[in-house]
Amino acid sequence: MVSESLIEIEGLNFSYGQRPILKGINMTMERGKVIAIMGGSGSGKTTLLRLIGGALSPTSGYVKVAGEVVHKLKRDELFRMRRKMSMLFQFGALFTDLSVFDNVAFQMREHTDLPESMIRDLVLMKLQAVGLRGAHELMPGQLSGGMARRVALARSIALDPLLIMYDEPFTGLDPISLTVIGNLIRRLTDALGMTSIVVTHDVQESLKIVDYVYFIADGVIAAHGTPDEVRRSVAPFVHQFVHGEEDGPVSFHYPASPYAQDLKLEGGFA
Amino acid sequence: MQRATMDLWVGLFVMAGIGALLVLALKVGNLGTYSANDSYQVTGNFENIGGLKVRAPVKSAGVVVGRVTDIQFSTETYDALVIMNIDSRYKFPKDTFASILTSGLIGEQYIGLAAGGDEATLKDGDTIMKTNSALVLEEMIGKFLFNKASEGSSSENSDKN
Amino acid sequence: MPRRIVTGIQCVRHRVIDSIWRLGYATRFFLLTLIKSGTSLRRFTLVIRELYFTGVQSLIIILVSGLFVGMVLGLQGFETLQRYGAESAVGTMVALSLLRELGPVVSALLFASRAGSAITAEIGLMKATEQLAAMEMMAVDPIARVVAPRFWAGVISMPLLAALFSAIGVYGGYLVAVILIGVDEGSFWSQMQSAVDFHYDVVNGIIKTCVFGIAVTAIAVFEGYDAAPTAEGVSGATTRTVVTSSLAILGLDFILTSFMFRGMG
Repeated sequence: MVSESLIEIEGLNFSYGQRPILKGINMTMERGKVIAIMGGSGSGKTTLLRLIGGALSPTSGYVKVAGEVVHKLKRDELFRMRRKMSMLFQFGALFTDLSVFDNVAFQMREHTDLPESMIRDLVLMKLQAVGLRGAHELMPGQLSGGMARRVALARSIALDPLLIMYDEPFTGLDPISLTVIGNLIRRLTDALGMTSIVVTHDVQESLKIVDYVYFIADGVIAAHGTPDEVRRSVAPFVHQFVHGEEDGPVSFHYPASPYAQDLKLEGGFA
Repeated sequence: MQRATMDLWVGLFVMAGIGALLVLALKVGNLGTYSANDSYQVTGNFENIGGLKVRAPVKSAGVVVGRVTDIQFSTETYDALVIMNIDSRYKFPKDTFASILTSGLIGEQYIGLAAGGDEATLKDGDTIMKTNSALVLEEMIGKFLFNKASEGSSSENSDKN
Repeated sequence: MPRRIVTGIQCVRHRVIDSIWRLGYATRFFLLTLIKSGTSLRRFTLVIRELYFTGVQSLIIILVSGLFVGMVLGLQGFETLQRYGAESAVGTMVALSLLRELGPVVSALLFASRAGSAITAEIGLMKATEQLAAMEMMAVDPIARVVAPRFWAGVISMPLLAALFSAIGVYGGYLVAVILIGVDEGSFWSQMQSAVDFHYDVVNGIIKTCVFGIAVTAIAVFEGYDAAPTAEGVSGATTRTVVTSSLAILGLDFILTSFMFRGMG
């Protein structure tokens, strides 16, 4: 199977007002792979996803998905492109007024003219893939965190997209659900020939399932490589992140004036 | 909430709302009393219409027989031209008197028709020839005071003599 | 000292510019909602669902309040009119007060607090839980699918609710004046009927209600969509909906009344 790049990012800069979030990002993501984007909180990972999805426009540089520059697309072209993409939000973002079944069926009903009988079969199949076919009549409020995320995953693959973006899929899950989600991401990517981008800071789970890793720190790519390369890396930032060290390039202390001065010990009292 | 039950409640709600609107229009307001019956148009000239307003009732013997539809100023005769619609069921003779009366002492003003004796009746577009203008309260009081004043001075004069 | 005044003025100036900017944004949002109302028409089930949540669920508060307002009007009206020997005019008084002012205004205020704040909270929470963003990523326009149906449901509900308020209010006045106090039933209704004019009173009341409905729902929908996606953001938005709607209702009431009720003739 020939792997070509589904996503090309070149010279991407994004600032929120005066504050630069991403500086000069260059990335290539191949079809059919699971790619992880890792970094500390607030490093711009979610912003990167939004730029790929066209929800934000870059200050300079571009993002190309399947050969088309995203921010130059017109509204209906963008909508057409979005039907080939899916995003899995951090807490699922299920529609709380619809049942599990209706949530998964949502895109099918909105974008296709399929008859209800066919939709029913498709929805049940998607739910079966994530192991929740029996829960199709429940409401989102009745689901646990892990179950909600699995339903959201079923919803994301409803129209067999080319690309799925996962925003922190491992956050707040118990060990069982962690493995379940991790395996689902890998299995579905391989089975459907999709590309998956996983934004996370859960190193252990993601290194088990991904094909390539990018590290973002301070708005630039600090490091990238395959999981094995990353595990063996001696670059300080990567090392600190992968081994979960308390102090290193990402310092423990928030910038502050000297400790003694704060406690008024130096330049003492008369 | 099942879709069918929801639809039922919404349907009931909309019907109740429209029903309330109808109740307000017919029972509380006076839409029902607007006769959709045929009517014919008659005009009358008045020196002074006082406080007569459009849509004021036209009554005869106290019964509402029509409505005032328009009030205009005639630059030919320099008086007020009142146009009224009279229910076709009621025919009035050509020498009917039209007066502007007040309900109560300071109430609404309306047009009262007093039938004459003519055999020919008013037709659509006819004009009522005999009209009595409104009694304007200030003029009446003014006249009364003037009369009282002249009475007083004439009795003074007779006293002096 | 002058420095504080300068900062104070700058602060006020920023606030004013912010408010004007926000007003412009709100107007643009309102126009967008109107333009994207096609989906609401084609998929009327969405509107019906919202009609249930805004209209039907406001029925209880509207009906109960209407009844009490009517009864109070009957009591107070009788008490005052009795001094002038004009008790039989209490029907007229209740009907005119309700149809012209109290019906439209009070039901709009109640609607704003109950349904308006609910709409704001719902849309705000959908924004906070990323449901609106998810919808956008699925190439479904959230304004067409979430905002517009709620807007039209509010606009349709408002006149119906106000009519129900006035109707049950008149009945409340009847209960107090005729049944409880003993005013003559015939003169109660006949005086009312001769004094209340359909075009002048009922229609003007309906026009007011429609204007209020548009204003309240537009504000509710905008505040929800614009809310910050946090708990404080949503609670602040619902408060703003109720406050801004109430002020808008009273202000518009004054403007409309001065146009409509300049005195007959």
